[in-house]
Amino acid sequence: MTLSLYISGDTTARALGADALVAVLEVQAAAADVPLNIIRSGSRGAFWLEPMLEMDWQGKRIGIGELMASDAEGLLATLLDNPESHPNYLGEVAELPWFANQHRLTFARAGEGDPIDLNTYRALGGLQGLERALSLTPDAVVEEITDSGLRGRGGAAFPAGIKWRTVLGAEADQKYIVCNADEGDSGTFADRLLMESDPFQLLEGMAIAGIAVGATQGYIYLRSEYPRAQLMLNEAIDAARLAGVLGERVLGSDKSFDIEVRLGAGAYICGEETALLDSLEGKRGMVRAKPPLPALEGLFGKPTVVNNVLTLAAASTVLAEGAAAYQAHGTGRSRGTLTVQLAGNIARGGLIEVPYGISLREIVFDWGGGTRSGRPVRAIQVGGPLGAYLPEAQWDLPLDYEAFAQAGAMLGHGGVVVFDDTIDMAAQARFAMAFCVAESCGKCTPCRMGSIRGVEVIDKLVANPADTAQKILLEDLCDTMEHGSLCAMGGLTPSPVRSALRYFPEDFGLAAEAS
Amino acid sequence: MNDIRIEECISRYRDVPGGLLPMLHSIQHALGYVPADAVPAIATAINRSRAEVHGVLSFYHDFRETPPARHTVQICVSEACQANGADALKAHAEASLGVAVGHSSGGDVALEPVYCLGNCACGPSVRIGDAVHARVDADQFDALMAAMRQEA
Ligand SMILES: Cc1cc2nc3c(=O)[nH]c(=O)nc-3n(C[C@H](O)[C@H](O)[C@H](O)COP(=O)(O)O)c2cc1C
Ligand code: SF4
Repeated sequence: MTLSLYISGDTTARALGADALVAVLEVQAAAADVPLNIIRSGSRGAFWLEPMLEMDWQGKRIGIGELMASDAEGLLATLLDNPESHPNYLGEVAELPWFANQHRLTFARAGEGDPIDLNTYRALGGLQGLERALSLTPDAVVEEITDSGLRGRGGAAFPAGIKWRTVLGAEADQKYIVCNADEGDSGTFADRLLMESDPFQLLEGMAIAGIAVGATQGYIYLRSEYPRAQLMLNEAIDAARLAGVLGERVLGSDKSFDIEVRLGAGAYICGEETALLDSLEGKRGMVRAKPPLPALEGLFGKPTVVNNVLTLAAASTVLAEGAAAYQAHGTGRSRGTLTVQLAGNIARGGLIEVPYGISLREIVFDWGGGTRSGRPVRAIQVGGPLGAYLPEAQWDLPLDYEAFAQAGAMLGHGGVVVFDDTIDMAAQARFAMAFCVAESCGKCTPCRMGSIRGVEVIDKLVANPADTAQKILLEDLCDTMEHGSLCAMGGLTPSPVRSALRYFPEDFGLAAEAS
Repeated sequence: MNDIRIEECISRYRDVPGGLLPMLHSIQHALGYVPADAVPAIATAINRSRAEVHGVLSFYHDFRETPPARHTVQICVSEACQANGADALKAHAEASLGVAVGHSSGGDVALEPVYCLGNCACGPSVRIGDAVHARVDADQFDALMAAMRQEA
């Protein structure tokens, strides 16, 4: 009998040595003359356990974690004989508390099987959303999205239904669906994981969007730092075309929809939706003033839905399970689930999908297990390079968009980067300004020049903390950037800077302010 | 312009809507960089000015206008990798290879900074070709360099 094993083929599992593990097992199988079938599934996102091996054993899907090729002597024999005897045996994967306590909707299929096998996707509930959308009127599809309370996952949390409604209502000979897969925030990898572990879900969501608003062409704007995602998407698109899921007559209907992957070229600002559209048009990625809204004048001047990977993927869940089921998850105006990416100096890093409303402390300590270095956590940056650094006093904040906004922070795309007590917060503040220097599109002076000045002023302040003029200058500069910038690049770069200064003044050589 | 491969890339994308980025990517993929003398031909083919084409070329960090080093090694310098010692790794890489990050052209090995490889739970991260490497410390970096040189 053939032995079937699952080993992730995603970027992180491979970066940790999954390919070498596969190679060792293949050698052992050949030597023992055992028929072996290794399925390169996607990762479930428990990166602290990768490379992880899974197999069906006595009716259960069991796992063995942190399997390095260098420790794999006799591994195949152990698997054949009794995998439970392996020192890294984890038991039934779904029962591990790290997974069992999550609410997986978008990432329910991730890691289950071959990500680019359409039959696997169907068997795991895929395409039900698209089938349902095809049975409804466009208006009813948009209504479902609106009623679900789905908000954009790219950062701004704008209601997806309102955006789709605008595009549906626009008269045009051509409309577009653009997927924002630029995922530039450090500390985020949810889009990547979805594209590498369950790419059909994104394609399905885009097709649903196309049917809803009357668009026949979709583009995925993918950052060039994600070659594996590019490969998986293109293979999935080919398979979907072959099976009649994409192309003319989607699933035998009278609707057509096709998708093309376009690569970015290493510019953070191209994650901003209007810069992204300029880039897709073959121009420099310059931010456009709004209005006009992309929903009315977007790609090539046509009405365009621009949504994040996770937003579009969630659309397939909403259509498959119904707006009410989706809406039942979450809290306040944050509906559905939140994908948190535990990153940086973290013991149990990876992706977790949880209900909105739980605290930062819970996810960093209960799921994340604190720092990987074993030292105390000192600061947590949430929401990417434009997000605030939060000190311990703020770790009980509930994870929802409004609570974070009230505290002067943002959830953004759900990136949570943990730092231990060796971090120099003045250096982090400087980095935030330097990042803005490198990545500004250059349109507004406060962003382009202010960030250059910001680096200089921080250097002067650190060199001579007694020079109070520099601190005042830095605050003024932050004000100017916040108020005089067209987009959040210049407008929010002050956020990490100010939080560093406010909560960690000692790193700048300053005394704590009386509060 | 002397390269038939450039002509091929241009003709493949000249009529694709918004095809300039894919065109530049394909030229760089073929030659390792986008030579200055390709710009006039591109501009003519897509009916844009040379200044515009050059403006696009220079806007994006990915595109190179000079020949690359024999090997290019990208080190992630973003926050999540900083939290795991990316600065120390960068210093080690610079010292051991004798080149500064972002300041090498041509030569044997070039070090480039990259803002995030999406491997943020397992940094510091390094990319060589299309392969990403996780939790790279000084020893592992040296081993990667040795393997890289052996392969080529
Ligand atoms: C500087 C900047 C960078 C951004 N980067 C991204 C990104 O990488 N991915 C993304 O989905 N949205 C990004 N956004 C947000 C987009 O502009 C836009 O809000 C989003 O694509 C809309 O999709 P959503 O409603 O589904 O979130 C960025 C915004 C700014 C200002
Ligand atoms: S704030 Fe910065 S990135 Fe945004 S439009 Fe202005 S210059 Fe461009």
